[in-house]
Amino acid sequence: MGLPQAKLDSTEARIAALSPLTGAAWIETAQAGALARLRAMGLPGRRDEYWRYTNPTGLNAPQAAAAAVFSVSDESPIYGNLDTLDIVFRDGVFDAGASDELSLEGVVIERLGEAALADIHWAKDVYGVLEERGQAPVQRPLAALNTAFAHDGILLRATGVVKKPIRFVYLHESETSDAMLHHVIKVEEGAELTVLENGPAAARFNKVMEVEVADKAAFHHIRAQGRDHERQAVTHIFARLGAESLFKSFTMTANGVMTRNEAVIELTGNDASAHIAGVALGDGDFHHDDTVFVTHDAVNCESRQVFKKVLRNGATGVFQGKILVKAGAQKTDGYQISQALLLDDNAQFLAKPELEIYADDVACSHGSTSGALDEDALFYLRARGVPRSEATDMLTLAFLAEAIDEIAAAEIAAEILDRLEGWLARRRG
Amino acid sequence: MLEIKNLQVKLEEEDKQILKGVDLTVEPGSVHAIMGPNGSGKSTLSYVLSGRGGYEVTGGSAMLDGEDLLEMEPEERAAAGLFLAFQYPVEIPGVGNMTFLRTAVNAQRKARGEEEISAADFLKLVRAKAKTLKIDADMLKRPVNTGFSGGEKKRNEILQMAMLEPKMCILDETDSGLDVDAMKLVSEGVNALRDGKRGFVVITHYQRLLDHIKPDVVHIMAAGRIVKTGGPELALEVEQNGYADILAEFA
Ligand SMILES: Nc1ncnc2c1ncn2[C@@H]1O[C@H](COP(=O)(O)OP(=O)(O)O)[C@@H](O)[C@H]1O
Ligand SMILES: [Mg+2]
Repeated sequence: MGLPQAKLDSTEARIAALSPLTGAAWIETAQAGALARLRAMGLPGRRDEYWRYTNPTGLNAPQAAAAAVFSVSDESPIYGNLDTLDIVFRDGVFDAGASDELSLEGVVIERLGEAALADIHWAKDVYGVLEERGQAPVQRPLAALNTAFAHDGILLRATGVVKKPIRFVYLHESETSDAMLHHVIKVEEGAELTVLENGPAAARFNKVMEVEVADKAAFHHIRAQGRDHERQAVTHIFARLGAESLFKSFTMTANGVMTRNEAVIELTGNDASAHIAGVALGDGDFHHDDTVFVTHDAVNCESRQVFKKVLRNGATGVFQGKILVKAGAQKTDGYQISQALLLDDNAQFLAKPELEIYADDVACSHGSTSGALDEDALFYLRARGVPRSEATDMLTLAFLAEAIDEIAAAEIAAEILDRLEGWLARRRG
Repeated sequence: MLEIKNLQVKLEEEDKQILKGVDLTVEPGSVHAIMGPNGSGKSTLSYVLSGRGGYEVTGGSAMLDGEDLLEMEPEERAAAGLFLAFQYPVEIPGVGNMTFLRTAVNAQRKARGEEEISAADFLKLVRAKAKTLKIDADMLKRPVNTGFSGGEKKRNEILQMAMLEPKMCILDETDSGLDVDAMKLVSEGVNALRDGKRGFVVITHYQRLLDHIKPDVVHIMAAGRIVKTGGPELALEVEQNGYADILAEFA
């Protein structure tokens, strides 16, 4: 079956504007495979079921739309109280001068560009591999595009318990920057790694992160997507979990006219656990889409999806979340909740929660709600002397609490909470 | 201290008059009880005084120490010293009871131009007061009223009252759903706050509570009006004969 002409055209136009990173055979093979996948799928279109609620036009276009750079003056940098190893990208390009030395006990850190030149590299088994696995049953062409054309990114291979978090800092300095980053992470058996991310990255940002979590390994991911409102972003996390492993990912998004965050998680070893959570705060022409696909393909695994959005003044939130339990994935414990707090009548939340279950001994639940603040609770707080604006913020943070609780490290949760309070306070004026 | 004159209230969304001219004056240090059949407007009165939405005042006035309550936001009324112990305390998942208490205490202090209480002083105070109400550390940590039993919720109301030290306390059926022991605890909590200055309005169905919290004045409310006012003996009369006789006089 051929692709519609419009899709072919937009795909070829995008491809024509890009060139792949040069490297050894292993990466060229991965890139060629991804390009072939992309050509077969075509870039997403408005008619695609998976893009019903989010318009991919700006993410597809050969050129990125300009986005104003937000100058942050009124707040201290996020994660400022944490001891981290910082890896800095400026408009999507690694900045060695601004980064810490890429050396830390228990983990090997490399740039994609350098690893690509090696004849043999461990990343061969992950780069583009998890992305490809994630292309079925639902297509994710923008991720294939990334595998084919990303020029930069970081490879992390954790072999032990890594003491401090590795932080990716994404600076946005050029109003027209168009960034593509591809990170590959492998957490070896018994190892533990925490990766933090923050910053708007570029006017347009396409990021893929592939994460292999081996048996008994743990991976923690906490991301704060930048404040630059006009920036557009599409991100994918592909993760594969081994037996008794743990994967936790939390994302906070405040502002942004276009954000699509996809998480594609596969539980392939018994007794593994995957938690994906997010909070999004939107005002005005904010558009935020969380698209999550969790596949249970092993026994006695647990997964949680917890997504909360606070929307006002025309903002749109989207959630597409699926739990797929394959035949034989007995004793699966799957949970999914997506909720929106609509602070006025002019905001909308579009949710598509799905369960697909082929095993008989499973416990899966999902729920989706959207609604206004609880007037009774608001009155109760005010009747005790808490002013309306403060009471509203308390209830908003209470609404978000279940997602924030998904962050394992208290000191990191405190940083996120601090940001959220700041955002609410600014809206209060 | 609290002066309600000819207060008339209808529902905002419906053409339904609920309070049809309520007069009530509570002097400093006194305890007034309001009794009356279900649906007579007792809770409505307490909500309107504390500023809950959904009601429209169509006439009359309500003043607290010379300040017009009806002109104020709910939080301003609280800061001015009005406290309502809710008939149905609200559950607020995600907000810790302790955080809630401290935020409330400090918000009121701030509104009155006072300094905020230090975390250490607050903790000491709350622990001491919680202890007398048999509220354990776990209840303080849990989200506000969430999953609390009926009795726990009512004790939690009294704890808030004790922490906030209001001038004027309205207790709306604080005795409902309490067993004898809990009733004693709650009454002791209330009585501990009787200092000769603080005023109380105790709304109840039962004489039982008034055995513990001795009222100075008892009012009977029916169909949106106070139809009879007397001493503590009026409560006994209601207990023995029900409302029928009293209401018949005004039918
Ligand atoms: N928000 C409301 N919506 C509809 N009816 C109400 C509302 N509040 C009070 N009422 C009605 O007003 C009357 C008085 O109620 P309420 O004040 O709760 O009485 P009481 O506390 O004495 O039992 C009842 O008929 C009740 O149904
Ligand atoms: Mg009532």
